[in-house]
Amino acid sequence: MRGREMHWIRIDRYYDTGLKTQEDTPAENPELANPQTFFQPVPCQQCENAPCEQVCPVGATVHSAEGLNDMVYNRCIGTRYCSNNCPYKVRRFNFLRFQDWETPSLKLMRNPEVTIRSRGVMEKCTYCVQRINNVRITAEKEGENGASRGIRDGEIVTACEQACPSEAIVFGDANNPNNRVSKLRAQQRNYNLLGELNARPRTTYLGAVRNPHPDLAGPEKKEPA
Amino acid sequence: MSAGDTHVNSPEIQRLARVIEPGHSYATVTDKIASIVLTRPTSLGWLAGFSIAFTLMMVLMGSIAWLVTKGVGIWGINIPIGWGFAIVNFVWWIGIGHAGTLISAILFLLNQKWRTSINRFAEAMTLFAVACAGIFPLIHTGRPWMAYYMFPYPSTMGIWPQFRSPLIWDVFAVSTYGTVSALFWFVGLIPDLATLRDRATNKAAQIIYGMLAMGWRGSARHWHRYQSAYLLLAGLATPLVLSVHSVISFDFSIAIVPGWHTTVFPPYFVAGAIYSGFAMVLTIAIPLRKAYDLEDFITMRHLENMAKVMLATGLIVAYGYFFEFFMSLYSGNKFDVFLVQQRLHGPYSSYYYALILCNILTPQVLWFQKMRTNVAVLFVMSLVINVGMWLERFVIVVISLTRDFMPSAWGRYQPTFWDWSTFIGTLGLFVSLLFLFVRALPAISIAEMRELVHTSEDHE
Ligand code: SF4
Ligand code: SF4
Repeated sequence: MRGREMHWIRIDRYYDTGLKTQEDTPAENPELANPQTFFQPVPCQQCENAPCEQVCPVGATVHSAEGLNDMVYNRCIGTRYCSNNCPYKVRRFNFLRFQDWETPSLKLMRNPEVTIRSRGVMEKCTYCVQRINNVRITAEKEGENGASRGIRDGEIVTACEQACPSEAIVFGDANNPNNRVSKLRAQQRNYNLLGELNARPRTTYLGAVRNPHPDLAGPEKKEPA
Repeated sequence: MSAGDTHVNSPEIQRLARVIEPGHSYATVTDKIASIVLTRPTSLGWLAGFSIAFTLMMVLMGSIAWLVTKGVGIWGINIPIGWGFAIVNFVWWIGIGHAGTLISAILFLLNQKWRTSINRFAEAMTLFAVACAGIFPLIHTGRPWMAYYMFPYPSTMGIWPQFRSPLIWDVFAVSTYGTVSALFWFVGLIPDLATLRDRATNKAAQIIYGMLAMGWRGSARHWHRYQSAYLLLAGLATPLVLSVHSVISFDFSIAIVPGWHTTVFPPYFVAGAIYSGFAMVLTIAIPLRKAYDLEDFITMRHLENMAKVMLATGLIVAYGYFFEFFMSLYSGNKFDVFLVQQRLHGPYSSYYYALILCNILTPQVLWFQKMRTNVAVLFVMSLVINVGMWLERFVIVVISLTRDFMPSAWGRYQPTFWDWSTFIGTLGLFVSLLFLFVRALPAISIAEMRELVHTSEDHE
């Protein structure tokens, strides 16, 4: 793959054996057989102060009025500067022509609402902008006197949110304090990934609170009192 | 001065102090330089060298054709290492160009006589290096046919480039630099082109040199205009020596990647550029003076002075390395501290040690005059520094990207065949252009050398 997989959402796994450094970890160490695992899906964080946007020479990655970090495929010339400057490294580049455009049967496979990216352009998670726009259009149609009725909380379901069986992903308008997402973000265990860089990611995470039975947890894993 | 009068007059010191060997008159200077172009038969060595260089240049053409056909994926770049050899080579080539401008503009303004015999080919080197460099930003984009988006042209879409991006600043910096260098070089050539026009015996050469000389007759009024134009262009080119590489360093220092985001970059890039540029001038000058018996014009004094400049800029670069390290550690920023650890102990640490060896440790031999006046040592040293400066850019551009913020997104970089063929191809392009230049244009400024004959006679 040579670092060219095109998954927009990277599943990060971290392991904690409680051991300090690599030197402490001989292969036969039993701790290694059963490390504590951490799991973190990382798509584009849709930064408010996006490092990727500032460096694009042609303005191919820009903010939308709603705060999405939009990728304009037909403007992108593929300098890959944005990816270098993305601290989360969630951008994906079409290094070669990865799509088969000719085979007719493959056309049926594709989502007609998602642009097929050509060779030499950057792509990344869009927060399912096509679903957002679908809901917006519905809301406008159902509104009265030409005004939109407004998008209801939970009406937009991103594909990852839809697919996640444990409903760990929640999408919504963070500007409305009564939305699910705002309430979750108000919790104390809410945190930004690499928040110290001041990219102000819109995607935030809730820290998992674990409370393992002391007999099951290894001695090193206990929280310091 | 008075302390060592006898010493100053010793033949050895005089040999080292001369910018032109004695016994030359206006006629001999003109003959000697013009003959390289006009009368000397094309030597077998020239043909052999040019064929090799031309073959390599064809490798470049082939590589670019394949690149455009397939996409930048034929290179070793990936996510997270979005910039590989292309950007390394770009920065390296641009840096090499700087010595030419420094010699021709800054040393001219400072009235340094010793620049005279080396400025012409150093400027040519600048131009060719900028040509090689200019290829890379274009071809490294995913869609080079769209690269004109980076220019602020009146588009029907009403879209402008994104001026906050340092890549746009690069577009302006490099294109200005290319234009000013070409102009400066050409203006300097005009009197010499007229000399060639007057001396050429073959009709075609007379016509071509005649057109290029743009009606130069050498009248006092011509000289007057010429000299003010040259002075003005030197004044224009001078800030570019500092600005171009500073702007290039912004590509890195503006970004947030640890190892790039460093305020020391602009001065240290400029010093590095001059360092590598002088190394390249030496790499060219030493074989050139040998092949065309120009030892009288490119004297030991020139070589030694260039060695001194390399020593000085090399020390500035060393200072830059030191402060890059120091500030990373002093900042206490865990990513920066980690970067230092990676440089010293990471998977690519051998490159870092090689870089220190080439750029900082070996050039220290230049402290000794014996070494500075030993042509073989200087030649080897210039090659070592060229390699070292290439490694420096490799360490900065590529290795910083391999391990940045998210351990889950760390990567490795492995250049492919096409990475190498493109790089070596640009070397071929550069050398081919130099070979053509030496045969078609006076490699040393005839007019300025005549002036030098004049002034050195005054002294004697
Ligand atoms: S996560 Fe990366 S790609 Fe997404 S907005 Fe932030 S900097 Fe840009
Ligand atoms: S790859 Fe595309 S989006 Fe990224 S910086 Fe270049 S032009 Fe902009």
